[in-house]
Amino acid sequence: MVCTVIDPGTLSTIQDKGRTGYRAFGMPISGIMDSYAFTMANILAGNSRNAAVVEMTMCGGRFRFPNEAYVAVCGADMQGKLNGKKIKNWSGFYVPAHSELAFGYAVSGCRTYLAFRGGVAVPQAMGSRSTYLRAKLGGIEGRALQSEDVLEIARAEALPSELNELAYSLVPRYENDLQLRVILGPQDDLFTEYGIATFLNRAYTVSTRNDRMAYLLEGPIVAHKTGADIVSDALCPGAVQIPGSGTPIIMMADCQTTGGYAKIATVIGPDLAKLAQAKADDTVRFVSCSDAEAVAALMTEKKCYEKASSASLSKINAV
Amino acid sequence: MDGKTYEVEVEVLEDDAIPRQMQKIRMLKAGEQGLVVEFGTEIDPAVNAQVHRLAKILTDEVPEQILEVVPTYRSLMVYFDPLVIVRENLQEKIARYLTSLDTVAAASDTTRIITIPVSYGGEYGPDLEFVARHNSVTEDEVIAIHTSTPYMVYMIGFTPGFPYLGGMSERIATPRLKTPRVKIPAGSVGIAGQQTGIYSIESPGGWQLIGRTPLMVFNPSAKSPFLFAAGDYLQFAAIKTEEYGALKEQVASGNYAPVVRNVARAEV
Repeated sequence: MVCTVIDPGTLSTIQDKGRTGYRAFGMPISGIMDSYAFTMANILAGNSRNAAVVEMTMCGGRFRFPNEAYVAVCGADMQGKLNGKKIKNWSGFYVPAHSELAFGYAVSGCRTYLAFRGGVAVPQAMGSRSTYLRAKLGGIEGRALQSEDVLEIARAEALPSELNELAYSLVPRYENDLQLRVILGPQDDLFTEYGIATFLNRAYTVSTRNDRMAYLLEGPIVAHKTGADIVSDALCPGAVQIPGSGTPIIMMADCQTTGGYAKIATVIGPDLAKLAQAKADDTVRFVSCSDAEAVAALMTEKKCYEKASSASLSKINAV
Repeated sequence: MDGKTYEVEVEVLEDDAIPRQMQKIRMLKAGEQGLVVEFGTEIDPAVNAQVHRLAKILTDEVPEQILEVVPTYRSLMVYFDPLVIVRENLQEKIARYLTSLDTVAAASDTTRIITIPVSYGGEYGPDLEFVARHNSVTEDEVIAIHTSTPYMVYMIGFTPGFPYLGGMSERIATPRLKTPRVKIPAGSVGIAGQQTGIYSIESPGGWQLIGRTPLMVFNPSAKSPFLFAAGDYLQFAAIKTEEYGALKEQVASGNYAPVVRNVARAEV
């Protein structure tokens, strides 16, 4: 056993990169909302990139460690404390036996990833450990964490003792005014020129209706040429649907695989991770980008991971 | 190519190969990892058949260059890794398959007809009576019409395993409930307008429920978690309420083999 859940917090679920290969059968990807913080947490814990972690939302949980462990915490700053002492966010650290790790409210960002050296052990469901609440699949019995849940480690690994901090240059800053790069399409031709200009030039506000399935925004209306409804086609995380109300809905990790509203654009992968850290009342602006720019952003992200990995390795191996 | 829609003009063969006409197929962008091959914008069995043909070709021929494909009513979503293949190259590759799509694949098109046993009416189909009354037919006639023909699975979406079926008779079409139900059991068979479908997992919904199948449309712990795929046909078959329980037990214990027929698509 690595730890017992004393209090799960607002919504804490076990997640990995998600469940791919079944979208033709209507199965959403699920998985982590913020791929950057998730990947960094696994790197800092010395894990493989797809090890299962705990994703905490808005208000974090409290965990009891009867035995020693090594964990990493990345993402929103939930003011984590180990045995009452403040921990460093975006770092991996040693947890002595009989410890308590406690998180509070997210003072910046929205989601925090708690990775355990060795990864969380839960059975794979259709190739993934991710919790998909709607189908009661993955994680622990397909549900969110509850108090008294016991988390086990997937692989017994030697525990490092050193603090493993992420380089300052690799730590993202969560702002309340986000700029999201989008690739226009697939149905941008169903919007008026004025509608597209509105979408790209005006600011939107994150509404209180935001969860693992979608973020609903408020703001100026994006005008369709004739109507919002299309004969349903495929939906992916990042897709920006504009329903009849005219305000954007951005699809997230748990989004259904098909949908019937026109999609004006798609938020690029690296920027969707930023949106996963946004909270109600945050401002969102969309900026159009090309395929080449999106690929460059993916390459930059990959380089960040490589840089973090090589710095992390020496610390992890210094047992 | 950026910012522009990639269009391919292909010659389409009508059912009897005459007359020929030109069809404009568009390739659209769905983020940096998504390419939508759009064959049309309406629900049309011929268009949907093209979607499934391309899905099969891509899965068979270039599996290493695509992550997964998602067939829908009228388009195929192709997910790819842009760090492995650039969009332009993938588009050109797909364009080559498109030009031969109808001639090459149509002749060898096969599909499956899967029998779905359903206990109609009573506690499993609380809205059967309303559907009958709404259409001025008897409950038995609703059942007879609903089981009279196989329905094509155009696509799967909404929830894991939920089929969007085509071809239900207008004679039993019924509008959705005014107030959706909060909890509909998995296996419930419903009607919404001219659509019919099966709730694959317990979920909220507004369809008129006419019956329930003891089969598991979605079973995550099974080797094949899904009973059917997009492109298959479903044939509903009425069973007696007394048979439901026994079948359900067989399904639960893994001793039920669904009735599946392989047929040429042209014969359905």
